[in-house]
Amino acid sequence: MTFDEIVKHIELKSADKFSIEEGKSVLFISPDNWEEIAAILKNDSELEFDYLMCISSYDKGDNTIYGVAYNFYSTSKQHYLEIRIEVEDGISIPSITSLWRAADWHEREAYDMMGLKFVGHPDLKRILLADDWEGHPLRKNYQEPDYYHGLPIPKDKSYWE
Amino acid sequence: MMDPTLLGQFNQDNIVVEKLDNLINWGRSNSLWFFQFGLACCAIEMMSAAGPRHDLERFGTMPRATPRQSDVMIVAGTVTLKMAERVKRLFEQMSDPKYVISMGSCSNSGGPYWQHGYHVLKGVDLVVPVDVYVPGCPPRPEALLQGLLELQKKIKTETPLRKQV
Repeated sequence: MTFDEIVKHIELKSADKFSIEEGKSVLFISPDNWEEIAAILKNDSELEFDYLMCISSYDKGDNTIYGVAYNFYSTSKQHYLEIRIEVEDGISIPSITSLWRAADWHEREAYDMMGLKFVGHPDLKRILLADDWEGHPLRKNYQEPDYYHGLPIPKDKSYWE
Repeated sequence: MMDPTLLGQFNQDNIVVEKLDNLINWGRSNSLWFFQFGLACCAIEMMSAAGPRHDLERFGTMPRATPRQSDVMIVAGTVTLKMAERVKRLFEQMSDPKYVISMGSCSNSGGPYWQHGYHVLKGVDLVVPVDVYVPGCPPRPEALLQGLLELQKKIKTETPLRKQV
């Protein structure tokens, strides 16, 4: 199915639970409706999105809005869909680990790097950085610390240049 | 007439007269067992150097899988802050005399992570004392071999039986 057909199909099942921006083939969903829509994407016989390809997180740059983008593919129907959820800092997003196991590590990475919270995740802890790391380094307002466990992180790099 | 060269002494009466320091240095510099661990893409070049084409073992250098049997630590790759503590601990577990070769830009100075690498140690010399720096990203096996030969030269200037001046 094309993007427009997918949108029409989801509208039949669950109307007014998402929005579309002109010129973008992306569904924008509020975190309140995400669990319902996700179940439709996974279980509907016309959609059958059985493959979660990627979860990306992004920072809008204004220190308040953070987003997460899901890319789905259906191996049986061979169609794609991108879902985006944008939330204010501190608002959590429902986890989809129970529907797609691939979401487990992706959501942990989004938490580690961007500080997004996923409700219902079985083990939401840092995946790459050390457990006692402070802050979320891919946020645009992240400040590097001066020391990590006594190891210096030089800020003045002029002596090298 | 006494032949003063080493070979001449040996041919004459099978006895060689030489400083003990030099004997020890000769032994140490030609059996540099290195600690077999790699951190990033430099490790691939290190493996290539240890393989048959570049053949690190012709210098008496062979990989050991434990720090307790190793003489030289080749830090091959990006040292993250998480790994830096481990590198330090592994270095402390090596027995003296111990040497460190810093291989590649990342372990020399942070390399491409110098500016924006929030998680990368900016040079492994912040954690362990480095004897030889091998530049390159990653260095070719020949560069690593040259670094090893430079380390051998450095060892041959040591005076293990006397206090360092």
